[in-house]
Amino acid sequence: MSEKKTNRRDFLFTATYAVGAVGVGAAVWPMIDQMNPDASVKALASTEVDISSVKPGNTITVLWRGKPVFIRRRTQEEITEARLVKMEDLIHPEKDEDRAKNPEWLVMLGVCTHLGCVPLNDKGDYDGWFCPCHGSHYDTSGRIRKGPAPWNMEVPKYEFVNANTIKIG
Amino acid sequence: MSDNEYIPKSKVGKWFNDRLPLLTLANHLTDYPTPKNLNYWWTFGGILTFCLITQIITGLTLAMHYIAHADMAFESVEHIMRDVNYGWLIRYIHANGASMFFLAVYIHIFRSLFYGSYKSPREIIWIIGIIIYLLMMAAAFMGYVLPWGQMSFWGATVITNLFSAIPLVGEGIVTWLWGGYSVDNPTLTRFFTLHYLIPFLILGLVVLHIWALHVPGNNNPVGIDIKKPSKDTVPFHPYIVIKDGFALLMFMIVFAFFVFYSPNILGHADNYIEANPMVTPAHIVPEWYLLPFYAILRSVPDKLLGVIAMLSAILILAVLPWLDTSKIRSAVFRPLYKQFYWILVADVLILGYMGAMPAEGLYLLIARVATAYYFLHFLVVLPLLGFKEKTLPVPLSITEPVLGGMANLATAKQNESIDKIK
Repeated sequence: MSEKKTNRRDFLFTATYAVGAVGVGAAVWPMIDQMNPDASVKALASTEVDISSVKPGNTITVLWRGKPVFIRRRTQEEITEARLVKMEDLIHPEKDEDRAKNPEWLVMLGVCTHLGCVPLNDKGDYDGWFCPCHGSHYDTSGRIRKGPAPWNMEVPKYEFVNANTIKIG
Repeated sequence: MSDNEYIPKSKVGKWFNDRLPLLTLANHLTDYPTPKNLNYWWTFGGILTFCLITQIITGLTLAMHYIAHADMAFESVEHIMRDVNYGWLIRYIHANGASMFFLAVYIHIFRSLFYGSYKSPREIIWIIGIIIYLLMMAAAFMGYVLPWGQMSFWGATVITNLFSAIPLVGEGIVTWLWGGYSVDNPTLTRFFTLHYLIPFLILGLVVLHIWALHVPGNNNPVGIDIKKPSKDTVPFHPYIVIKDGFALLMFMIVFAFFVFYSPNILGHADNYIEANPMVTPAHIVPEWYLLPFYAILRSVPDKLLGVIAMLSAILILAVLPWLDTSKIRSAVFRPLYKQFYWILVADVLILGYMGAMPAEGLYLLIARVATAYYFLHFLVVLPLLGFKEKTLPVPLSITEPVLGGMANLATAKQNESIDKIK
């Protein structure tokens, strides 16, 4: 058996396997991708919320993309408390100024970044939120202060359409 | 084994068997030589087969009435409970059947741990068993989501969010699992599909599990290799069939007690409230059979490390045959291992209890100690014990100690030589 002959056959085998692998990949990908969010789910990308009836110190919860969004009209004390926190005391350092562009209004996903539960209002050691599932404490800016959650509650993309309406998404 | 020599008596049987040797298989299963000292802890394989078949039959009938849609699932389950003829019975058997299945599988696993059934040459049986156990957990979890109650919804949210702990791709994987940006209708329909599929995967693996078992044959309480067939074995039928059947009846009494007298005691009242994505129940607790792993997850303060610890706690079992360095199988002849075995049993029970309690204060501390001990048992105690432990003398056969009271190798050998002289 000459070595050259073996090499030609090896090349054919390798080429066949490679083309076969591409074919299998092309066939499998649609089966995997069909599980990703479909067009109808993506279409529900934005929600408009009327906030004219929210009083200071109150929170409303609206559903956006199947997740609760907290819209809190913060009191002056809460804003001061959030802004006085030193960055080095935070697990996930973010300035309150960056999280709440309009300091009176805090808009964030009401989803604990640990395992996705909905934290409770006006609870916990930092006057903000407390997650009953695994005990994460959030401050008045929705920042994680204590417990297993790794990040602050997420601030979604939103804008004030006018003084009384917020558009989320 | 005399499988190859089997010839069916009837002409038709012979004609059929020459073309498809099903009768040879039936004959193998009937005559299969089984150690004659198997105790009742060995009856749980049969009980587990019964559990699987029960889940498949009740599951099929439930699927005829259940509607996998976020708007209708909860109502259709209530419809099954109130309107469908015997719907309440079928659903209660299915729901409690899951708990009975896990009860039996835990006894089966701890039987293996005590008698060293996972050791050479039975590693593949053991690993297939661990895969079955993992699939059982997946099936149970997804089945629990289907009624679309509060615990269903939030259990699904918490468990799928475990994947978000994976760096970089975690969030993408969770979105992919959900088919959206939260647990919703696409999640429910795919969970229903997979919940329907998994029992049949398990059925296939059970066939492999038994096939792999029939190669070396059963381990036994003495844990020694025996000649098959010999005076140490009895044919599977009728001896083991009757024993398994009796144990199954006893098991069914327990099963029936739960179904008829306390069908909801193992469930959570919150799951009779329809799923609400705006409100999380005050205490999210998984089903009892997942509690020890839940306790391990919560006892680690870091999200990613917690998930890794929980998965490792299960996967460590797959490499157990190589972590246990002792040549002696049965704990009967391992005085030290026997003590560590019972400490492990207590440790897992403690973890289960801590998993049901809030993760704070003393509970959390105990859960952390128990988690550490769990890994210590498998990673330190078992490998060292094989070298340090002074084991008791192991009998030469099953029959010898029973008949002559000669429990150990030395006397048995002596006896053999006397026999030879005679």
